[in-house]
Parts: sequence; structure tokens; C-alpha cells
Amino acid sequence: MNYLSLFLNTVLIDNVILVHFFGFCPLLGVTTKKKSAFGMGLAVIFVVIGSSAITWSLYRFILKPLKLEYLELVTFILVIASFVQFIEMFLKKFIPSLYKALGIFLPLITTNCAVLYATMQNISKGYRFTETMVNALGISVGFFLVVYVFATIREKLQKADTPRSFKGNPIALIVTALMALAFSGLAGLV
Amino acid sequence: MKKPNFWQSLILENPLFIQYLGVCAVLGVTTSLDNALGMSVIVLIVLLCSNVLISALRKFIPNEIRIPVFIVVIATFVSVAEMLVKAFAPILYDNMGSFIALVVVNCIILGRAEACASKSTIGESAKDALVQGLGYAIAQFSMSIIRSFFGNGGWSLSNPFTGKQIFELTILPESLRLGFFTKAMGGFLTFGILAALFTGYKNRWDDARKEELKQERIKAALKMKAEREAAKAAKLAAEQKAKEEAEKAANTPAEVAA
Repeated sequence: MNYLSLFLNTVLIDNVILVHFFGFCPLLGVTTKKKSAFGMGLAVIFVVIGSSAITWSLYRFILKPLKLEYLELVTFILVIASFVQFIEMFLKKFIPSLYKALGIFLPLITTNCAVLYATMQNISKGYRFTETMVNALGISVGFFLVVYVFATIREKLQKADTPRSFKGNPIALIVTALMALAFSGLAGLV
Repeated sequence: MKKPNFWQSLILENPLFIQYLGVCAVLGVTTSLDNALGMSVIVLIVLLCSNVLISALRKFIPNEIRIPVFIVVIATFVSVAEMLVKAFAPILYDNMGSFIALVVVNCIILGRAEACASKSTIGESAKDALVQGLGYAIAQFSMSIIRSFFGNGGWSLSNPFTGKQIFELTILPESLRLGFFTKAMGGFLTFGILAALFTGYKNRWDDARKEELKQERIKAALKMKAEREAAKAAKLAAEQKAKEEAEKAANTPAEVAA
């Protein structure tokens, strides 16, 4: 599979949120404003690519030679959690403006299943390093795309007159269902 | 103020439909009753273990690194659960795929560790884990019952250890089934509608409580008013009496003098 089709496939067809449901909690949490959705999307792109590179190397050069594959889960989540913490400290010290813009979303990424899903998929599909990078980029850009589009829809939705029980998250879920339906129309693209 | 009883709190504080925690896994596994049952049991056990352990360790965990510590505790229990399922219920493991591993990042478990276990005693944390785990299980079953009905035309349940079917019930014929209910969009749709139902119940409950509070306030205000009036009347009466006595006292010496 060449890199372009792998990228398009992960962004549009095998979309991490709309097809695999991963990263759904932040989708509901942060998409009430376009600006925060943008910040969250950027932070996720950053963390997914970084932690994919680290976990892939760890698995390939340490866990596999030592036959410790069963520690995959614990290692990966620890890498993600400390990577997020590290980035937080780094940004706070050197790029405070970006740190302020990302705010609370950075620590929240630890529990974003999209990140863990991306790192584990790199291993289970047996990707090489370059493919891992493309896959990580595709997954995170797919996340960014859906979160941002969803936030723009939701800003309009707040003005709509929905029944009281459906206000807020329930109607947002139904909108997601329609979005997933629309995205499934792209299935024949690659 | 009325407190919700156990069953009501399962609905009113439902982790899934009211708090929107642990959504990803639910959408993925509720395509059949088997997977929903497996997921419910795994989450309940991991939640119970991690809540109890974190609560026991809460005085030793430094505040700055508590999130990584919680995650490691949870990841350990999930790894154990994953290996046990793989060994004893391989069919369930194949069906659920990567969703067992992703229990690690299930927001319910980390959320309860942060909100409850890091602050309360072991007993309270265990009780909290049971309530939340059961609420999660109820939510998963209601989702999977609806999705399995429209997507597969009925329900079936099999023994997770041997893979032998326990019962099967098919109602909808093949031509009436809606395949997209077992896919992502059906999951979102079912979730949205059920969440609206639960929110509706919660709204009614909140309204009733508000009404109760209002009535109580009115009653209290009326009572205060009545008390104030009684006090005023008593004061008036006392003043009247004092006046009369003073007059009497003023008159007496005059009479004596006369």
C-alpha cells in the first residue's frame, strides 16, 4: 500500500472517530467552541505522532528482543502519560502562548483512546517505521477533521430549537450518526 | 429534600447516559448481548479492584504524579483481565478484539479514581465502584438490546467459556433488518435517543425537586410571617398591659391622696 492511499484511508474511510468510535469522549467534551476544538485537534496530532514514534521504537528494539510483548499495554500507556506530562512541562517553559492556548486539553489526551489505539494499531498491523508515521499522521488528522467539522455544526446547533430532553449531548450524538452516514459514502474512494 | 434510592441513582447518575463517560467502548461492543455482558463484567471488576487499591494507596501517592500512577494501576488490572479472558474465554476475546485493552483509557475508571477513590475510604470507594459499574452495565444492556433487535433481528446469548449457545430468539425476518444498527452510525443513533430518554427522566426528577424546594420555601416564609405577627401581637398586648398597669399605678396614689 503506498503512503498516500494509507493516509487517505485512515483520514476519510477508516476514520478513528466515526468508524472506530475511539476518541469520542473529547469529541463531546470540547466541541462546544470552534477554538477549543482546534486546540484539542492540534494537541492530538502532536501527541499521536510523538508517542507513535516512541512506542514503535520501544516495541521493536526493547520489548520484542526481550520477549516481553505482554507488557505492551502497560508500557504504551505509561509512555503516553509521561509524554503528555513532558510536553506539558516543555510548553509551559518554552512556548507559554501555545501552552495557554491548549490549556486543559493537554492532560486530557492521556485518556483519549485515539492515541492508545493508534500506537497499538501500528504494532498489530506490523507497520514499518515510515508507515507508522503516516498512519499516526492519518489517524490524528482524521481526528482533527471530525472534531473541527463537528464543532462548527454544534455552534449552529446551539441556536436551534430542540426538545428539552435532546438539548446538548443527545442531539449532538444524533448529528454524529448522520456525519458517520455521510462519511460512509466515501468508502469506495481508495 | 428527597434522596434518590439505589435504583433511581442508577438512572440519575448513570455514567454513560448522564455523565457521558466511557462512551467509546460501549459503542464498539454493544452490537451483541455477549459482548455487552463481557464488557460489563470486565469493567465492573477492574473498576472495583482499581478503586479499592487506589483508595488504599491514596495517602502515599504524591499529588503531582497521581494521574500516571492511577493509569499504571488500572493498566495492570486490565492486562490481567485481558490475559484471563484470552486464556479462559477465547471466543469472547476474538469478538471483543482491542476493546478489552482499551478499558485502560475508559474514562469511568480514571474518573472514579480521581473523583472518589483518591479522597474516600476503601468501603466508600468499593460501593461507588459497584453503583457506577452496575449503571454502566444497565446502559450497555439497553443499548445492545436495541441494536441487536434492529441489526440482527433478535437476541442470542452464549456461554462465554465454551461458546455454546444458551438461547436464541429471532423476531424480525431478514428483509426487515437494518444492517446499519450494528455499525457505527446505528450506535450513535441509539445512544442519542437513549441518552435523551435518560435525560428526560432526570429533568422530571430535577423539576420535582425544584418544585419541592419552592413549596418548602413558601411554607417556611409563611411560618416566619405568622411567627412575626404573633410576636408583634404579643408585644402589643404586653405594651397595652404595661400601660394599663402604669395608669393604675398613677391613679392609685391620686386616690390615696384624695
